[in-house]
Amino acid sequence: MYFNSLSDFINMGGHGLYVWSSYALTLVLLLSSVLLPWLNLKRTRKQLSRQLAREAARTK
Amino acid sequence: MWNWLKTLYHRLGSPKWFYQITGKWLPWFAMSSLLLLGLGLVLGLAYAPMDYQQGNSFRIMYIHVPAAFLAQSVYMMMAAAGVVLLVWKMKMADVVAQALAPIGAIMTFISLVTGAIWGMPTWGTWWMWDARLTSMLILFFLYLGVMALREALSPQEVAAKACALLAIVGVINIPIIKYSVDWWYTLHQPASIKLTEKPAMPASMYLPLLFMVLGFYALLGWSVLLRARAEVLRREAKSGWVRELLKDK
Amino acid sequence: MNQINNEKPAAFCRLTREAVNSSSLIGVFVAALKREWQLQVRRKGDLINPLVFFALVVVLFPLGVSPTAEILAPVAPGVLWVAALLAVLMSLDALFRPDLQDGSLEQLLVCGYSVAPLSLAKVLVHWLLSCVPLVLLAPLLGIMLYLPWQAQGVLMLSLLLGSLALSLVGAIGAALTTGLGKSGVLMTLLVLPFYMPVLIFGTGAMQAAINGHTALAHLALLAALALVALALSPWAIAAALRIAVSGE
Repeated sequence: MYFNSLSDFINMGGHGLYVWSSYALTLVLLLSSVLLPWLNLKRTRKQLSRQLAREAARTK
Repeated sequence: MWNWLKTLYHRLGSPKWFYQITGKWLPWFAMSSLLLLGLGLVLGLAYAPMDYQQGNSFRIMYIHVPAAFLAQSVYMMMAAAGVVLLVWKMKMADVVAQALAPIGAIMTFISLVTGAIWGMPTWGTWWMWDARLTSMLILFFLYLGVMALREALSPQEVAAKACALLAIVGVINIPIIKYSVDWWYTLHQPASIKLTEKPAMPASMYLPLLFMVLGFYALLGWSVLLRARAEVLRREAKSGWVRELLKDK
Repeated sequence: MNQINNEKPAAFCRLTREAVNSSSLIGVFVAALKREWQLQVRRKGDLINPLVFFALVVVLFPLGVSPTAEILAPVAPGVLWVAALLAVLMSLDALFRPDLQDGSLEQLLVCGYSVAPLSLAKVLVHWLLSCVPLVLLAPLLGIMLYLPWQAQGVLMLSLLLGSLALSLVGAIGAALTTGLGKSGVLMTLLVLPFYMPVLIFGTGAMQAAINGHTALAHLALLAALALVALALSPWAIAAALRIAVSGE
């Protein structure tokens, strides 16, 4: 551990605001670039299977 | 090895096989990206020693550099996929290219914003017309152009080929743009603090960066596969194997 | 209008006939040059509008920034180059669309000749008819922006070389968006990033001339850009046209 205390770690020698804001933004963007496609994949699957069920019902 | 790669390539051309195999790959990409990114984050934020010139703000490097790295290589990958589509007419290449564009734009955006935030404590200003920042901004516009072209054109095959061609033209142009921007920068600005001019890094500073770069790549693979799988399902919605797959549910 | 529609198939037949007679790449190229010249000379509006656009954009700057020589003279190279660049871009928008609408573009694509020389002829004639007048107009606007005299020659030369590169690269974007009804903003978004090197070297040449240095290096780089564009972009334009028209 490079820092002596938690407040040191958060303060980052006066650069805390810069470091933490850029890490927070990056994390949000990285997570959303995985989460959103994942939700989209699930939604696509559901949509297509519903469509398929409708078609099956119509042909019966 | 070569034959194995060739078989893999040909098999990846089949949407069904692509969907099945990427389903198996996904957890590996997900796990390795989470592991590497977590490791890199902890090491980079808490254990790496402080840079004596820039203080703790240099820790932004651990996200800025991987993002900038990926921003450039994703464009190359997109152009490579474009070549595969135009020369070998492999439709799955376009699925991958389509999935690559948004994540490439996001990476460019991350590197631009973190570069600006890093610039505040280092240069004393949010934005400087630095050669690297400027060519990154142009790269961002290139991504937006590819995405806008795909949005505007229809049918999808036409859009795919047009985007492939644009990406290839872009790759030929990127070195010219980079060279001209470097040249412009040296003409207009006297040398200032360069982010890269640093003495050789000790391993405790270097290793977190390595982990972060690998983690970013794994996350790229994860995100691209997720997008590509959804796109494959949409494009192949009428085919037998998708019906079969969805019926089981 | 009617006359053009009657003339066009005739011009096209002449192209194919002459090309068959010579049956070489250069023969096709020369025939295509003649055809394009005959067609583009008639579109008076398309020739004059970019010039008016160029002048109007330049006039906006004294109104928007300041009419004094101390402020206008230093920004004159940039203003002139940006305005010229946008004018070239605007003029390219309608490069292929009329041919697509009346079906002659499709005929050109299926007639069996290599498309690259045909598209090169189109762009070269467009450059001659649209960009060269722009170059001739530029010194007048330069005077109005208090551009120093020693930079006027470099302004014309750099615009002449630069606009060739701009036309060739911009035509790729125009070809990609031909199939769309209206493409103004999209084409701008696609093409402008590729224009930045030309802008940098063009304004660099003028800055060098203003500061009393030789602009030869910048002009040589502009010429190199134009030559690279000349060698590569016809193939890209041809590929883009094939994609836009027949989807292959």
